[in-house]
Amino acid sequence: MGVTRTPTPTTQGSETTGGIGESTLRPDGVLKTTGEFAYASDLWHEDMLWGHTLRSPHAHAEIVSLDVSRALAQPGVYAVLTYDDLPTDVRHYGLEIQDTPVLAHGRVRHHGEPVALVAADHPETARRAAAKIRVEYRQLPVVVDEATATAPDAPLIHEGRTDHHSGHVPHPNVVHRQPIVRGDADAAARRADVIVTGDYEVGMQDQAFLGPESGLAVPAEDGGVDLYIATQWLHADLRQIAPVLGLPEEKVRMTLSGVGGAFGGREDLSMQIHACLLALRTGKPVKMVYNRFESFFGHVHRHPATLHYEHGATRDGKITHMRCRIVLDGGAYASSSPAVVGNASSLSAGPYVIDDVDIEALALYTNNPPCGAMRGFGAVQACFAYEAQMDKLAAALGMDPVEFRRLNAMSQGAVMPTGQVVDSPAPVAELLRRVKAMPMPPEREWESAGGGVDVRALPGGLSNTTHGEGVVRGVGYAVGIKNVGFSEGFDDYSTARVRLEVIAGEPVATVHTAMAEVGQGGVTVHAQIARTELGVTQVTIDPADTRVGSAGSTSASRQTYVTGGAVRHTCQAVRERVLELGRAKLGTHHPAWATAELLLESGKVVTDDGEVLAGLAEVLGDEAIDIEREWRHRPTEPFDLRTGQGRGHVQYSFAAHRAVVDVDTELGLVKVVELACAQDVGKALNPLSVVGQIQGGTTQGLGLAVMEEILVSDRATVRNPSFTDYLIPTILDTPPIPVDVLELADDHAPYGLRGVGEAPTLSSTPAVVAAIRAATGLALRRVPVRPENLTGT
Amino acid sequence: MRVTFTVNGRRQEADDVWEGESLLYVLRERMGLPGSKNACEQGECGSCTVRLDGVPVCACLVAAGQVQDREVVTVEGLADFAKERDTGAAGPGTDPGAAQRWQPRPAGPATELSPVQQAFVDAGAVQCGFCTPGLLVAADELLERNAQPTDADIREALSGNLCRCTGYEKILDAVRLAAARTGTEA
Repeated sequence: MGVTRTPTPTTQGSETTGGIGESTLRPDGVLKTTGEFAYASDLWHEDMLWGHTLRSPHAHAEIVSLDVSRALAQPGVYAVLTYDDLPTDVRHYGLEIQDTPVLAHGRVRHHGEPVALVAADHPETARRAAAKIRVEYRQLPVVVDEATATAPDAPLIHEGRTDHHSGHVPHPNVVHRQPIVRGDADAAARRADVIVTGDYEVGMQDQAFLGPESGLAVPAEDGGVDLYIATQWLHADLRQIAPVLGLPEEKVRMTLSGVGGAFGGREDLSMQIHACLLALRTGKPVKMVYNRFESFFGHVHRHPATLHYEHGATRDGKITHMRCRIVLDGGAYASSSPAVVGNASSLSAGPYVIDDVDIEALALYTNNPPCGAMRGFGAVQACFAYEAQMDKLAAALGMDPVEFRRLNAMSQGAVMPTGQVVDSPAPVAELLRRVKAMPMPPEREWESAGGGVDVRALPGGLSNTTHGEGVVRGVGYAVGIKNVGFSEGFDDYSTARVRLEVIAGEPVATVHTAMAEVGQGGVTVHAQIARTELGVTQVTIDPADTRVGSAGSTSASRQTYVTGGAVRHTCQAVRERVLELGRAKLGTHHPAWATAELLLESGKVVTDDGEVLAGLAEVLGDEAIDIEREWRHRPTEPFDLRTGQGRGHVQYSFAAHRAVVDVDTELGLVKVVELACAQDVGKALNPLSVVGQIQGGTTQGLGLAVMEEILVSDRATVRNPSFTDYLIPTILDTPPIPVDVLELADDHAPYGLRGVGEAPTLSSTPAVVAAIRAATGLALRRVPVRPENLTGT
Repeated sequence: MRVTFTVNGRRQEADDVWEGESLLYVLRERMGLPGSKNACEQGECGSCTVRLDGVPVCACLVAAGQVQDREVVTVEGLADFAKERDTGAAGPGTDPGAAQRWQPRPAGPATELSPVQQAFVDAGAVQCGFCTPGLLVAADELLERNAQPTDADIREALSGNLCRCTGYEKILDAVRLAAARTGTEA
């Protein structure tokens, strides 16, 4: 299957150290190890107040009365705000549909919905004052799943919908529905020798970024406000904040502060508008920091899903058709549910060649916690189900599960269910081959110390629950497909401003974008791109803010592609300007100025033969070149609302996993022994960061497989909003993660790169569950897998 | 109440401390030392790990009054603490006035890091970095008592520190690297 293509050759900057392809170190790394890096929760201002949010204890209730007088009377309290205090008639916000109230108006639709705000001189004073606000609720019946949401007498979560999806959904409690029909699944099913069906469920996962929601709003003399904030997309926040405040966008100046992880959970607004409202009301700076409990209510989660799948195959192992129905629980507000539906439906067939499909995906409005973006974004849920189906099909045919997948794997030129042709490398079979070929971890490692038993290598670990009795090993495989970038016709551009000047005799490039650095390492990559494109050593990365054009979201594995693309594009414009200046100033000195291909290398203008024409200092003199440019990737188009056909995605990315687990079958405890990954990244701009992304994404998939779920009561209230009760993998839960990085260039992308961050989160989960199935023989149709699912107790 | 204790080698006083305040709140909001992070306030995540009389603790679970007359080392003092340990000389400590006026400053070659801090930077163990201060304090304490830890030792020592970004592999690399470098120098 050896698809062998070399990454796009890079001529410009190939002599430059610290350019693309090198594992340069993070520019913020040192500050993050000394404790000096300023996260949003670390900000401090003279005279600042602390904001606090009063939230609904009920999932669905009418607010009968609201009395803030006792809170206002508390010493140290500067302001208490409710819906009635909002300054304009724009009182809702939302990423796609403006359905989310800034503060509840007469009704709450989910547990933890913001009802009132308090500003006080100490966080504890604010908390205690909030507790003195009297809210009388009358509880309403809750809508919690598809049956209750679409029942004839179901309460409508949002009455009188007028959003752009309201006209085509089958019920007002359905946010969006996307069917995809291609070929003839009924006819193809008649060719099948085996047909397997399955019903699967994915629990509600939390992003669990470590740095809680926080920010500081500082009122300005011009009546505006300066907001320092941890977010994923400054300009999308701005677009939602300014109208609610009644301010023009230029009077809401936003600066990114340190962001402690995001994973999709900071796409939606949390405390942004609230802090600004309190600051403008009190005339004082207001800081808001959620604690972990509040954070669980402060952001959307991964959609829980129920998925029904049917696949058929011929005896020789070719998939004939696929039918599926995916129901996503979007909770009380839309957030990015429509786009998650688009992803879940369009990626529901996985990285396989299936010509005849009948697909339906939809998201519900319910009274459960709102769900939206999380790493993997609709593709995670589908991947868990279709990969379970692949193992079932292979078993029904008596075939090896990896060989069965390889036989049906898509490759470049394949057609997606949407009709879109995959027009760059799609090395699915090769990734499976590579991950299977990796060396296996040793068996019974707990005995390797000699003599005794090292319980740390066993399921249950230091709980000392077994010395190997009842422990069974299993191995499982999975592969997945994720889109990169914003899809369905969205104008997914980015902006970069690049300045080149000579400082103290040395050329220095300054890169200014609004890209949210959330930990992914975009700032590292921007400096590498500038070094490569401008042939300089010194690169300064300016803080991200709204003084420069939008960078789009740090989401959808897109920032290296899109903002990286914008930095490259702008650097190229700067380079052209350098050469123009050089020709004007020095063109008569050497004929090569007019005739040769010129490059910038090591601070000099050189010919492609390596002859030095001039130093940058000589060319630039006192002049600074300063250019801001937008950059766009190839446009996409919406999916047809009936057939789902359309060139909807920018790029696809692929990863495969092999999981090795030891299961204590008596207690139902799982130890993941190793989780190997092979991924195609097109071109690794920073190999160290690429591997870090793959290992981090893999671990979040492991969490979904065996640990992580937000539990919701039958009254739709959250039962486990803490790190005591919502468990994410520790270093003891996480195995070695060997990574095999493949680099097959995508000719449509800058440097041939492929978005990296999300694909590893997809296949990790089904690989782990496949391994547990192999160890136990159980069907396991739901994640996370719990001990009682393995012991039957 | 007034609480007097030693932070990173310097005597510090905090006035008007409310009885319910944690050591973490006093460090972050009263001492101008925000390096220790607040990510769960329940002792589950380890982001606020500091040394209290040498023992790693979650500062969020220590009441401020409990540290009266005791010694605290935070991530801000880690480099000096490690230097003092290695050389036996007293480190310069953190000047309380400077701590109160704390501002982020650009990292330069002048920034001196402890071996474990440098290893975290070099190994790619830092992504969002929110867990990093706590992990550094915990890892430094591990290497102090066990200069050549096995992988199982590292995992056990760091099991109280959650990281959501890295999948821990580069953190293991960093601790191995710090141990190897220290071993080479010795």
